[in-house]
Amino acid sequence: MHRRSGTGYTGIPAWIYAIAAAGALFVLLPLVAMVARVNWSEFIPLITSESSLTALGLSLRTSAASTASCIVLGVPLALILARSPFPGQRLLRAFVLLPLVLPPVVGGIALLYTFGRQGLLGKSLELAGIQIAFSTTAVVLAQTYVALPFLVVSLEGALRTAGNKYEAVAATLGARPGTVLRRVTIPLVLPGLASGAVLSFARSLGEFGATLTFAGSLQGVTRTLPLEIYLQRETDADAAVALSLLLVAVAVAVVGLSYRRPRLGVAPEGALR
Amino acid sequence: MTFQLDATLAARGFEVSLSLGPAETIAILGPNGAGKSTLLSIISGLLRPDAGKATIGEKVLFDLSADTNIWRAPHTRGTALLAQEALLFPHLSALDNVAFGPRSAGASSAAARETAMHWLSEVDADSLASRRPGQLSGGQAQRVAVARALAADPDLLLLDEPMAALDIHAAPLLRRLLKRVLAGRRAIIITHDILDALMLADRVIVLEDGRITEQGPTREVLEKPRSRFAAGLAGLNLVAGTVSDAGVTTAQGMVVAGHQDESVEPGQDGVAVFPPSAVSVFLTEEHGSPRNSFRVIITDLEPHGDQIRVRAGRLSADITPAASADLGLVPGMSVYFVIKAAAIAIYPA
Amino acid sequence: MRTARKHILALLAAGALAAGLAGCAAGTPGAAGTASNSNSSAGASETRTLSGAITVYAAASLKSTFTKLASDFEAKNPGTKITLNFAGSSDLVTQITQGAPADVFASADTKNMAKLTDAELIDGAPANFATNVLEIAVPPSNPASISSFADLAKPGVKVVVCAPQVPCGAAAETVEKATGTTLAPVSEESSVTDVLGKVTSGEADAGLVYVTDVKNAGDKVEGIPFAESDQAVNTYPIATVGTSKNKELAAAFIAAVTGSEGKTVLSDAGFGTP
Repeated sequence: MHRRSGTGYTGIPAWIYAIAAAGALFVLLPLVAMVARVNWSEFIPLITSESSLTALGLSLRTSAASTASCIVLGVPLALILARSPFPGQRLLRAFVLLPLVLPPVVGGIALLYTFGRQGLLGKSLELAGIQIAFSTTAVVLAQTYVALPFLVVSLEGALRTAGNKYEAVAATLGARPGTVLRRVTIPLVLPGLASGAVLSFARSLGEFGATLTFAGSLQGVTRTLPLEIYLQRETDADAAVALSLLLVAVAVAVVGLSYRRPRLGVAPEGALR
Repeated sequence: MTFQLDATLAARGFEVSLSLGPAETIAILGPNGAGKSTLLSIISGLLRPDAGKATIGEKVLFDLSADTNIWRAPHTRGTALLAQEALLFPHLSALDNVAFGPRSAGASSAAARETAMHWLSEVDADSLASRRPGQLSGGQAQRVAVARALAADPDLLLLDEPMAALDIHAAPLLRRLLKRVLAGRRAIIITHDILDALMLADRVIVLEDGRITEQGPTREVLEKPRSRFAAGLAGLNLVAGTVSDAGVTTAQGMVVAGHQDESVEPGQDGVAVFPPSAVSVFLTEEHGSPRNSFRVIITDLEPHGDQIRVRAGRLSADITPAASADLGLVPGMSVYFVIKAAAIAIYPA
Repeated sequence: MRTARKHILALLAAGALAAGLAGCAAGTPGAAGTASNSNSSAGASETRTLSGAITVYAAASLKSTFTKLASDFEAKNPGTKITLNFAGSSDLVTQITQGAPADVFASADTKNMAKLTDAELIDGAPANFATNVLEIAVPPSNPASISSFADLAKPGVKVVVCAPQVPCGAAAETVEKATGTTLAPVSEESSVTDVLGKVTSGEADAGLVYVTDVKNAGDKVEGIPFAESDQAVNTYPIATVGTSKNKELAAAFIAAVTGSEGKTVLSDAGFGTP
């Protein structure tokens, strides 16, 4: 094995590469199998049909909206979990991370019991004239619910690593807590926030179970791309495969282009730090 | 407008009272873990003591006595902190770093930048204005950090060992700079370096185990130390005990005779102080000089300038290398330290 | 070095877990069905004793009826084992086409059965054994006061139907065309179970499901039959899968379904006769 000149010491035994190759293959082969199944002559008409484009547009819009919601809700959560110890903090963290292990369908059922017409909040909302069930809002809620943990975990890690010494300095220089947050804390963890947002976007894009259970499926309103694929596979396998490939391409584009490993905001001095 | 502080923090065994005049700089000296950083954290509002009070003139920084509970947040105290690490905000340029204080106080972007440029030129760092902190050397970063602290126009400047991380070339430059900018300012500087204390501080406070063991004008404390730590810093031997006509008698019964200060009275606690250069080392007890002849065991030998410093527990003697070679000194050896009484100063503890 | 070892162990554990899960997943429906039965053709005696095991892939709407029929069959023929796999008809077709080990296939419509006969995966000709028509299901309180099919098109009514791509949705479309009433549903689900779910949870004011679904749901929903429902009749065919390893047992089960016991159970559940 020839190493490039200028590369440092990696400390990885040779047989690790073999296992890693197997792992990579395990992930890539299903995609290859899918690509092999695509009916290329019909591909463009299939993905540009009205229902496909509507589903894609809806998916992108709702994922963007849910990512924004994740940022609005997730940043404060990450801040208090990382920087402000309080009784029950561990419990809160466990609940925030719950959607990661919960089957999305269960999440959808829970959202239904909360925001549905007969739900905990839904009843009052219905009386106020706000109807969430079967609306695009329901889709965004479902996506936000499952994608929020990704943003919180990513950002909490970055916040912990950064520490709060810069915030302390900023305070002694006369900056109010709001100014500290805006000019010091957030800029320093921007990479972590960005990768968390990208992960949330990707998770929202692929969300299926909660959307199906909570929001329903109607073209243009709630039928996102995953739901469209689920429907198409009943009658048109070619369409389902083509749309699946489209979803994969969009996800790869979004994640591949924007996900950077969260760097620390500070460059530590010294060769080994 | 005096700065006044009383604070206790039982968990760290900390109990300090001190005051500072409007243009005074005091140096806090003490061994590691003495509570020096704790002191600055309490003053700046980053750490909450059990009880105490701090005021600058009429402004109360905190008041945690039995029936009051006033605690000013750090950003309203007017105390700027400068640490060992410059801690310049990595995502802002040097200029924007320095402008941070004025901006936080509400100045417009343009006005803040102007103030920042003024302070950067005060610290001779105007050429560094557009650079990012990652592009600055340690010394340059500290200079910018000084400018940043001053630009915030603090009532009290707190410096925590600012020269500690600087190399041998950068430290003197920063020291000169600080001498210039601290003139006329209220400042507390923590340092291990006696040069900092001498050059920058009007007064010196020695902190050991969370309590003040000595304080006074710099020259006095360093020329006539009363605490072991100050003596060590000043490079002097110090023996503490009770004063009598014969001299200072230690708890172990050792008697050190020397020149007694007028203020000293028999029965008082006193210290006997003498420089290592006044100590002679003999292998056997000298018959001619029964006073100030002490049998000691050598613990260390180390070069000290062009002399050899012979350490024996808490006492040191400086002798020439030739003398050391002649005597065949090695650690573990038993020798006699002999000091002329005229070289020993005795004064109250 | 230690962290490298930890990573390897983690990878191996994940691999073992995946293999175990794969084994488990493959375990259930297929395993029993592929158990080869050596005495199926043993003995040419008049009263053939049936034995062995088969797997029946049946449409989701046949769940309660086929479960009863299977257990009755097993009781009548000790030594036999019927494993049931219920899912949407087109999902079952996909599985069988991909080689899933089914012995019998019962579809919710003729279109899906045709996919298998066209692919020559069916033995002999399918037999129609039941029919199903649509019925309106509403929550017990009938909040939107539905009484006819036309009421479903009233403004403000939240009606849920199946998507046209699935049998019950195709039937709904046919009825719409026949009655001239166009519905504006708030959701088009991929399975009739989901439609029923939206009604029972109170999210929807009404849903178009099968007669059998309404009966099965008991007092969780109220059923409102409508005259035009006979415009769209779903016929359920059943057939032996060509790759079956126990065609004798498969045929016997099909006979039970199409025979008198089957007819009774099915009509009790609300199915019609073809």
